[in-house]
Amino acid sequence: MREQLTPRNEDLGAAAGAPVADEHARIERAAAESTAPKSAFARLADSSAGRNSGLVLALVVICAIGLITKGDTFATTDNVWTILRLAAVGGVISVGMTFVIIAGGIDLSVGAIVALASVWATTTGTQDIGTFGIIFTSIVVATACGVINGVLIAYGKVVAFIATLAGLATYRGLAENLSDRKTQSIDTPSGFLDFFGAEPGGIPVLVIMFAVVAVLGWLLLNRTTFGRRTFAIGGNPEAARLAGINVKRQTVMLYALLGFLCGIATIMILARTSAGTSTHGNLYELDAIAAVVIGGTLLSGGRGTIVGTVFGVLIFQTLNNIFTLNNLTTSTQAVAKGLIIVAAVLLQQRVAKTSRS
Amino acid sequence: MTAPLLRMKGIVKIFPGVRALDGVDLEVLPGEVHCLLGQNGAGKSTLIKTLAGAHTPEEGTIEWQGKEVTLSSPVAAINTGIATMYQELDLIPGLSVAENIWLGHEPSTVGFSKRGSERSTAREMLKRLGHPEIPVNREVGRLSAAGQQIVSMARALSHDAKLIIMDEPSAVLDQDEVENLFRTIRDLSASGVAVVYISHRLEEIREIGDRITVIKDGRTVAVNLPAKTTPTDDVVRLMTGRSVEYAFPPRQTGTPLAERKELLRVEGLTRKGEFNNVSFSVRAGEIVGLAGLVGAGRSEILETIYGARAQDSGTVVFDGKTLRPGNVPAAVKLGMGLAPEERKSQALFLDHPVAHNISAATLKRYSKLGWLDRRRELKDAAEQSTALELRPAGPMRPVRNLSGGNQQKAVVGRWLLKGCRLLLLDEPTRGVDIGARAELYALVRRLADSGVGVLLVSSEVPEVLGLADRVLVIREGHIVREAPATELDEHKVLDLVMAGTLEGALK
Ligand SMILES: Nc1ncnc2c1ncn2[C@@H]1O[C@H](COP(=O)(O)OP(=O)(O)OP(=O)(O)O)[C@@H](O)[C@H]1O
Ligand SMILES: [Mg+2]
Repeated sequence: MREQLTPRNEDLGAAAGAPVADEHARIERAAAESTAPKSAFARLADSSAGRNSGLVLALVVICAIGLITKGDTFATTDNVWTILRLAAVGGVISVGMTFVIIAGGIDLSVGAIVALASVWATTTGTQDIGTFGIIFTSIVVATACGVINGVLIAYGKVVAFIATLAGLATYRGLAENLSDRKTQSIDTPSGFLDFFGAEPGGIPVLVIMFAVVAVLGWLLLNRTTFGRRTFAIGGNPEAARLAGINVKRQTVMLYALLGFLCGIATIMILARTSAGTSTHGNLYELDAIAAVVIGGTLLSGGRGTIVGTVFGVLIFQTLNNIFTLNNLTTSTQAVAKGLIIVAAVLLQQRVAKTSRS
Repeated sequence: MTAPLLRMKGIVKIFPGVRALDGVDLEVLPGEVHCLLGQNGAGKSTLIKTLAGAHTPEEGTIEWQGKEVTLSSPVAAINTGIATMYQELDLIPGLSVAENIWLGHEPSTVGFSKRGSERSTAREMLKRLGHPEIPVNREVGRLSAAGQQIVSMARALSHDAKLIIMDEPSAVLDQDEVENLFRTIRDLSASGVAVVYISHRLEEIREIGDRITVIKDGRTVAVNLPAKTTPTDDVVRLMTGRSVEYAFPPRQTGTPLAERKELLRVEGLTRKGEFNNVSFSVRAGEIVGLAGLVGAGRSEILETIYGARAQDSGTVVFDGKTLRPGNVPAAVKLGMGLAPEERKSQALFLDHPVAHNISAATLKRYSKLGWLDRRRELKDAAEQSTALELRPAGPMRPVRNLSGGNQQKAVVGRWLLKGCRLLLLDEPTRGVDIGARAELYALVRRLADSGVGVLLVSSEVPEVLGLADRVLVIREGHIVREAPATELDEHKVLDLVMAGTLEGALK
């Protein structure tokens, strides 16, 4: 994330004693991004596969590690579906997080939103309404939380980090109150678990949901005015405002979108665990932010891709899986994860740079 | 003849897809003011960046006092004796004025910076530049663009260089301050320091320059022309390869202005500390110019009308509707557009493509139920940039890679594309070359002829007088004169504008 550190009006950070190599790298990088005449190769390197080649490489390396350490269990079809199924929940949230981060924001409350929505959607009252009640409540509660975050940030002018940090505490606290810290299993003989637990053609519904969200997310980001405005307010909020873009409304919609996707994730986690509890979604915010950043989205906003995020999610979940297969203690896992985040980001930057120049 | 201080020969600099410099020569004598002329994107800034050590040229030689040197980094260039004021201000907004001036070469004893002497010398330098009022402890980010330019100049002076490069230093200055700048330049030449001076304003070249080098499309087309005597036509033809009609377009003759519909009415508009009780109106098809010094409150008035700032009192009525203060989207919806003063901080998405920058205010037109018609967007944006001679033409190039003047065209292009009913233009020609300027004037006049109202702010008095139908002279946040442009001349306007500073000084 070196870009972040360069000053804003940096066109010539290189004056008096500013880091020179950096300036050169920047100019070279920026230059390379311009539309040079495109050979077939250049077009390949420009395609998302090429741009994400660092991520592909990281994923390959991690899979190799999996094969070497636990080849017999790691490389089974069952295990691959397990990884994808686990990736699906965090993945849906990460797609939403990508939007928010591209717009220059952040949301630390996503895990707490999932907890609150999962608890609310599994109260006896809600379960009495049946499958529809669970789905509806998950979505509405989570989206409402997102709207609250957005309104606080856009209209209350609270910094996103702080507003959602408060959300993190509040929503999870509410979840604990509501559930009395008890696990609320889904026991209405509803079609809910049947439907979301199904595997048509061998593909888990959860994985299909993640795929659909990712594709729709990509379209929304790259093909609609909503996406364009998202890039704009992250790239230069003042310029966006003066261009007549309704920055406040867009901000609320972005956090609402992320809230909505948390709702989807809640449904998925309820289906997977068949219970709602206030401990659901613990540390999801960190996983999601890590996945987005590993995927090459700039924390300072203005740049990012959904494809990168999907890779980030897969990398993360594959790692988790390998750790579990190898019976690592949770503390060792945490340390390893931290190191690997850094390694992945470094690798990603390195490869991205060489593939461009 | 004296030996040259600097001689650059056959400099080539290639960016992927662009040969920005393709064999440029430059020769600078000690103590002379050497002017570099060329259209937007000709390669002037790139050339001086190779001289400043910010770019490494692919080919070519640089001789300094007769010896060949490589300027591998900005530090190397500074140590050689070359100081640079870049076109895009390169100050650190979060640091103080004094800290910025001394950044990278702080006076220090065993690693501890001597803050006291840092400040006192900084103060001295600002005084020498005619700006003792700039507080050396103030954060640079809180200074006006002009103030920042002065700090940038103080920084260049602090290096005790033999050659100072100034890339469009006057673009953000008003005439008063340009005079200050020139005084400093004359002092420098008198003490034997050479200056490379870049500007798109030929009158400045005439006044301050000794010799001219002209660059076109990355090549030197003329060297060492006498700055005072070379005919303007020749210079322009060398720069553009054609002759340019640089007269202002004729004013509207049809329906007399007084009979046209009133588009905008501003009544008693006040923002404390910025402007006071400002009232005026703009009719459809009329160009109204706001003249005044930098800091007189003109930009603030424009931004308040647009809703980017909320007024303390007073009303803005647009097309019969009173606007809610501080609501930009509403103003835009009704058909207002503002091309703001500071292109980098207020207008551009630097890392995004030119096309997306131009279409940023017009997305609705290309959207069907939120879906973007990207092909049409690209086509229209490309057309707009051609109309403004934006170069190089690739609409998917990141704006960051464009030359300063071309970035400015993208800002103005955004609002020309949008098709507003009232266009607020704040320094629209800042950094734009002669040819494109004429093109822009003609475009604005054509818009006005088609019924668009235009409110124009410019620090170049001739521009206001030449383009506007009616002129408001603003001094210290007050309108001190309102008259048809034909009734005013440059002297009168300057007198009105300056009177304020005299009074202010006496107070
Ligand atoms: N970092 C870069 N990457 C790619 N192209 C660049 C880069 N910097 C400059 N260019 C290109 O090099 C050419 C020369 O640009 P330069 O900034 O030197 O022009 P200029 O003469 O200073 O123009 P202006 O009068 O508008 O400031 C332009 O075509 C510009 O687009
Ligand atoms: Mg330039």
